[in-house]
Amino acid sequence: MLAVTGWPIVYAVWLSLQRFDLKFPDEQKFVGLANYATVLTNSYWWTAFGVTMLITVVSVAIELVLGMALAYVMHRTVVGRGLVRTSVLIPYGIVTVVAAFSWRYAWTPGTGYLADLYGGAAPLTERASSLAIIILAEVWKTTPFMALLLMAGLVLVPDDLVKAASVDGANGWQRFTRVMLPVMRPAILVALLFRTLDAFRIFDNIYILTRGANETSSVSILAYNNLIKGLNVGIGSTMSVLIFLTVAAIAYVFVRVLGTSAPGETSGAAPGGERR
Amino acid sequence: MRTAWRWGFVNVLVVAYALVPVLWIASLSFKTPATINDGNFIPRAWTLDNYRGIFQTDQFIRALVNSLGIAAISTAIAVLLGLLAAYAIARLSFPGKNLLVAISLMIAMFPQVSLISPLFQIERALGLFDTWWGLILPYITFSLPLAIQTLSAFFQQVPWELEKAAVMDGATQGQAFRKVIAPLAAPGVVTGAILVFIFCWNDFLFAISLTSTERSRTVPVALSFFTGESQFEDPTGSISAAAVVITVPVILFVLLFQRRIVSGLTSGAVKG
Repeated sequence: MLAVTGWPIVYAVWLSLQRFDLKFPDEQKFVGLANYATVLTNSYWWTAFGVTMLITVVSVAIELVLGMALAYVMHRTVVGRGLVRTSVLIPYGIVTVVAAFSWRYAWTPGTGYLADLYGGAAPLTERASSLAIIILAEVWKTTPFMALLLMAGLVLVPDDLVKAASVDGANGWQRFTRVMLPVMRPAILVALLFRTLDAFRIFDNIYILTRGANETSSVSILAYNNLIKGLNVGIGSTMSVLIFLTVAAIAYVFVRVLGTSAPGETSGAAPGGERR
Repeated sequence: MRTAWRWGFVNVLVVAYALVPVLWIASLSFKTPATINDGNFIPRAWTLDNYRGIFQTDQFIRALVNSLGIAAISTAIAVLLGLLAAYAIARLSFPGKNLLVAISLMIAMFPQVSLISPLFQIERALGLFDTWWGLILPYITFSLPLAIQTLSAFFQQVPWELEKAAVMDGATQGQAFRKVIAPLAAPGVVTGAILVFIFCWNDFLFAISLTSTERSRTVPVALSFFTGESQFEDPTGSISAAAVVITVPVILFVLLFQRRIVSGLTSGAVKG
């Protein structure tokens, strides 16, 4: 595992310090932090960074609310429980590219059943509506994962505790916020951590839905474009390192500031991410 | 009675939420070229031509073989390695055990795009670029944490006294593992394998970055390059049909192993 992740990240740092463009292979040379200066002063990078942050924050927020509702339904429903749980796993398991195509065609004027909602114009050619659809696709696909993690926390809430609160006169909302949420806090934080890190690397949905047109690129799309389309290994690597640092920073905030129990402190503490 | 109806209604909502986009792409795949742009949710005229079309092109069949082969090999290796690691984590205490667990969880959260540029360079240098192994290696790495975590959660539930009892009754350590522990751990292996397979089957970023020809392109990537049989043909029908074909295994897994997948995904989150 270290061979495939540890060594490459060191190598990426090394590459990011070079001028290295496969279109001009003879001009490879060590340029220090120049690539970082180039990227960090570039408006494309910051636009993509803003877009990624926006998508991450908005979709994770919606997923948390929706996922909580879904977890509650899966936990409490008795009739048709298997059916509900089975169908909820479909968005989780489906290939992201397939789902993205489904949304793309749904919003294509003429072809799609949803396109008329947008008054016949093409929503995927405008920035705001494209972002909304990207978020919709992301939320649809990953809410079930969030819901499953939250359900694991919901199972931990002792029924007696909820009943006792009810006897003491707490209404439904109070039971939820005062009794259930505190017990579920660790599960919620783990779910948020996983989904935030996962949402930050969004790639598939954007690639299929807009290819990053109209300033909807995420940082992953931008790094991919520079590397594979532009063949600029130096700049691509610089972006890779920056993305890595951002993700590390987000994880750090979660673990230190919010007090998410660090994965790994107890063996097998948290479930793995998805993927795309 | 009223609550029953209310729950029934909520359940229907949930099922619809999950299924509508899937049914939509299925519907598109059955539409004839004349009606594909009518925007109707249910096809007005049904046809299987889109499916016939994709199975007549080399492009799709090749990608399907690649996808199946790469996902199957990655799953087999990742589950085998995960089995050994999880057994060690559950049974032995050795220096660096917590470090191993921590590293494996860090990898699970690693931004994959950060590895694209170094892997692109390394694989071109090693001649792995655009080969099956060029994809299998990163898949194993990224799915191993998933396998380790699922399997060690299962191993923790295995009653290890049984192993001791078997040894007392005269079985060797190896026999005790094979005949007593392995059957008990089998459900965990199945769960791990399904989750890993879904992960590999799903991947797009590695597949599109580390391949360049049909030699090793997987279906999700091939889909994004689909153009239809001639350049004047709208590929919507073919893409939808191909999308449905690669969704079938996922739906089968979900139908057959719903309980396992739920427990695999939530295992450990409880303790987190």
